[in-house]
Amino acid sequence: MTVAPEKSDVDVPEGYVKLTIDGEEVVAPKGELLIRTAERLGTVIPRFCDHPLLDPAGACRQCLVEVEMNGRPMPKPQASCTMTVADGMVVKTQVTSEVADKAQQGVMELLLINHPLDCPICDKGGECPLQNQAMAHGRTDSRFVDKKRTFPKPLPISSQVLLDRERCVLCQRCTRFSDQIAGDPFIDLLERGAHQQIGTAETADVLDAASHTSESDSASAGKSASAGGQPFQSYFSGNTIQICPVGALTSAQYRFRSRPFDLVSTPSVCEHCSSGCAERTDFRRGKVMRKLAGDDPEVNEEWICDKGRFAFRYATAEQRIRRPQVRNAETGELEEASWTEALRAAADGLAKARDGKGVGVLPGGRVTLEDAYAYSKFARVALRTHDVDHRARAHSAEELDFLASRVAADGGPAGGGVTFADLEKAPIALCVALEPEEEAPAVFLRLRKGARANDVKVVHIGQWASPAVEKTFGELLACAPGGEAGAVDGIAQHAPDVDEALRSEGAVVLVGERAAEVPGLPTALHRLAERTGARLAWIPRRAGERGAVEAGTLPTLLPGGRPVTDADARSEVERHWGIEPGTLPAEPGRDVTGMLNAIVTRDLDGLLVGGVDLDDLPDPALARKAFDAAGFVVSLELLPSTVTPYADVVLPIAPVDEKSGTFVNWEGRRRPFTVTLDGTGALADSRVLDTLGVEMDADLFTQTADAARGDLDRLGAHEGTAPKGTSVALSATKVPPGASAEPPAPGDGQALLATWRQLIDDGSLQIDEPALAGTARRVVARMSRATADGLGDHVTVSTDRGSVTLPVEVTDLPDGVVWLPGNSPGSKLRATLGAGHGAVVDIAGGDR
Amino acid sequence: MGIFDPVKGFGVTFGMMFKKVATEEYPEIGAPAAPRYHGRHQLNRHPDGLEKCVGCELCAWACPADAIFVEGGDNTEEARYSPGERYGADYQINYLRCIGCGLCVEACPTRSLTMINFYELADDNRQDLIWTKEDLLAPLLPGMEQPPHPMRLGDDEQDYYVNGPELARGRGVPEQETVETDTEEAVR
Repeated sequence: MTVAPEKSDVDVPEGYVKLTIDGEEVVAPKGELLIRTAERLGTVIPRFCDHPLLDPAGACRQCLVEVEMNGRPMPKPQASCTMTVADGMVVKTQVTSEVADKAQQGVMELLLINHPLDCPICDKGGECPLQNQAMAHGRTDSRFVDKKRTFPKPLPISSQVLLDRERCVLCQRCTRFSDQIAGDPFIDLLERGAHQQIGTAETADVLDAASHTSESDSASAGKSASAGGQPFQSYFSGNTIQICPVGALTSAQYRFRSRPFDLVSTPSVCEHCSSGCAERTDFRRGKVMRKLAGDDPEVNEEWICDKGRFAFRYATAEQRIRRPQVRNAETGELEEASWTEALRAAADGLAKARDGKGVGVLPGGRVTLEDAYAYSKFARVALRTHDVDHRARAHSAEELDFLASRVAADGGPAGGGVTFADLEKAPIALCVALEPEEEAPAVFLRLRKGARANDVKVVHIGQWASPAVEKTFGELLACAPGGEAGAVDGIAQHAPDVDEALRSEGAVVLVGERAAEVPGLPTALHRLAERTGARLAWIPRRAGERGAVEAGTLPTLLPGGRPVTDADARSEVERHWGIEPGTLPAEPGRDVTGMLNAIVTRDLDGLLVGGVDLDDLPDPALARKAFDAAGFVVSLELLPSTVTPYADVVLPIAPVDEKSGTFVNWEGRRRPFTVTLDGTGALADSRVLDTLGVEMDADLFTQTADAARGDLDRLGAHEGTAPKGTSVALSATKVPPGASAEPPAPGDGQALLATWRQLIDDGSLQIDEPALAGTARRVVARMSRATADGLGDHVTVSTDRGSVTLPVEVTDLPDGVVWLPGNSPGSKLRATLGAGHGAVVDIAGGDR
Repeated sequence: MGIFDPVKGFGVTFGMMFKKVATEEYPEIGAPAAPRYHGRHQLNRHPDGLEKCVGCELCAWACPADAIFVEGGDNTEEARYSPGERYGADYQINYLRCIGCGLCVEACPTRSLTMINFYELADDNRQDLIWTKEDLLAPLLPGMEQPPHPMRLGDDEQDYYVNGPELARGRGVPEQETVETDTEEAVR
């Protein structure tokens, strides 16, 4: 029995307690777990189930320590991961206590009784907490001589996640993650006692053959729905693989690919959505092997979505463009060319088009800040135009004003913008035209965390109670697609409690990119923010959009949020860029649709295109017509795309793994990343544009990402008479309250189309990932029972352009509305229907 | 110096003619080495021809000279190269780097990697001294079958490991021999 030192001169502040660990006095905040206090002292107590972001479970019993309270020792060693610190506690860990050490060794021996010890064929081998702690805290011999319990292995619990129950130590990290963090009915504990195991509803069926046979006949509705009727699916399943302390959960993608000591790790930033999650990219022999979640408490904590984790093989795809291509004037075919030749051809063509009717620039929404800046500067300096727009999606003039006045002027986290941490503590978070789980999964996780921990009231203005609504314990204010503006304007009438909550301190309104498709919605949101004082955050779907706004790839904005129409701002930029005063046109340029129309009417000659898919544009038919009519098209691309057939020159560019740069996430936070695969010879957009600029006698000074960012930073943000918060621009669009037109009423056999894209779909950055594609949500058409009445199992949704036939799932949508995924296999709405959110479509019973 | 001393010298020379000769006739007659000499590596096979290597990379981990490269692969029902889930899809040893220490052999958990007596590892270019799996795999003995093929000697990998020696006898490997020493014999 140890007695705590009699006298001590350690001050204990309010809310803290003093205890002794291994004879050392320590002050710890009340409620801290013993295992963390010990860790702060430098004593690592072995553990499996303990995870700082999950609730304590005390499942593995590996962290036993000896504890003494009020001078009386507890009769048995205690689990330090569930016990909180208390005043006067005396703790002895394995360092000073033989009892604790023996207890830990005993637990380790028990855990290893049924472990197959198949480390040589296990993906976790080399980075396995069980391996490491067995070496550090286990015995060299086992006294167990009987036959080990075996299970068939591996058991695929989704196309991506493989379960090996023999290796499992039942720490329940995965089940707690699914339950607490993701909220998906993904994986759970089954059976009891020695038969306890991890599994899913499907594996439970295998265990219980009787229930399986009785269920399987009736379960003809859908194969991917498990016997329990709940779809067996999660967008966050990859995290369970990462936090599994043994090799029980492994991924199909990384299966047997390499060992940790083969891998070189680089911190990186996810390129898929605007959350800008921290990642760790591991590569071997010049090839990315896997991506893991990085630890960034400010942004993604320790979690990332499956798309961010598994979708990276697009960069090594067979068809990737590695060499420049120039269209042969005689044969009309693209032919590989040298960089010199291709740049010459591109420069000549662009200069000719510029001196004719002009060139439009479409950088696309996946650019880094530096690349966006290069496009912005190239358009202004080399092409002498404001015809630049990165919005390769539905867009509107109203949205442009919204971006200029609300987003470009928002100073990011430092300037009081909404942050991830704000979502966690907000009294209310109103999501408008945003499906957080599909469009920004990290935002969804924060909303759910806030809703669980701090009672954040999450309100969604949408069409149906999607999984995200349910998992954020949210309230749905359903409206017809296109009726969002009316719903926002009328919030004081139809939801006075929400209106009241929005007036409280810290209230947050989150807007998705779909807002651009709803006339009047950006203005209505602006009015709502002005009226209630709630803070507004724009959460686009693509990683580069926020940075592109900052870099000024918009027809009305120069870099740093400077309005094109502001003479002072123009001359400031002209001075900084060292170009003749008065060179920058005083009139704003054209937006994407404006440019495409101008090409068709021969008011524009050429196009410089970045990562743009024509099928993402609001009118793919118009886009094809315009690209066909364009005099000269230069495409900067990674993979052959819908633009490639129209391109006169194709210049290959580097994927994010092969360049450095910065993404600006939706908060406005800069997320810099360095090059992962060095020396591949692939060039970033900014470098290609810089060289192209030199060929055209225009100096961009964007040779490297650092140079481009330095140039942008020296220019700084706009400080003049900004339209900041004053809604100058927005009121100029003159959409009075209530005038946000009611959505058109669908006639007989018609419906209003509601749509958004699912996280895992046919996106061009998700190619070559069959295991990931297998975890996508089912592609179904959703409509109310009344709307689905008489349609049968399948519905054909059509416009005059084409039709889509999908199975019907009855959902709580308003009557006369049909929801379809935007870009999933068999449901590519822009490409086939040419229609988007809020359009009127024909519906009929489909046969398939 | 005595008068017979020169003759004595001839006597020694003459006497040596009847002693056992220590000269090794290399390279005309074989390349002799002690039975446990650390020569080149060999990737052994199970008695039915399936590979013993599971691609675990422990040899590469153990190698102090970083001479070994391994990449694992996933056995499927259609293409099986080893019993169990995993096999060595890519296996390379760089003999420019190998120092013949044998730590890799000690590390091998399946006794797939062993060393044989062959030591004539010289070449006129660097590329050819990186030996790949095809070069390193043991020759097919009678009763063996070129993978990929299904497991012939058991239902799972446990049967192969637990019953290894009996299986070898069953396939006609002599009593005192193990499968992996066969090539050693052939060279000697």
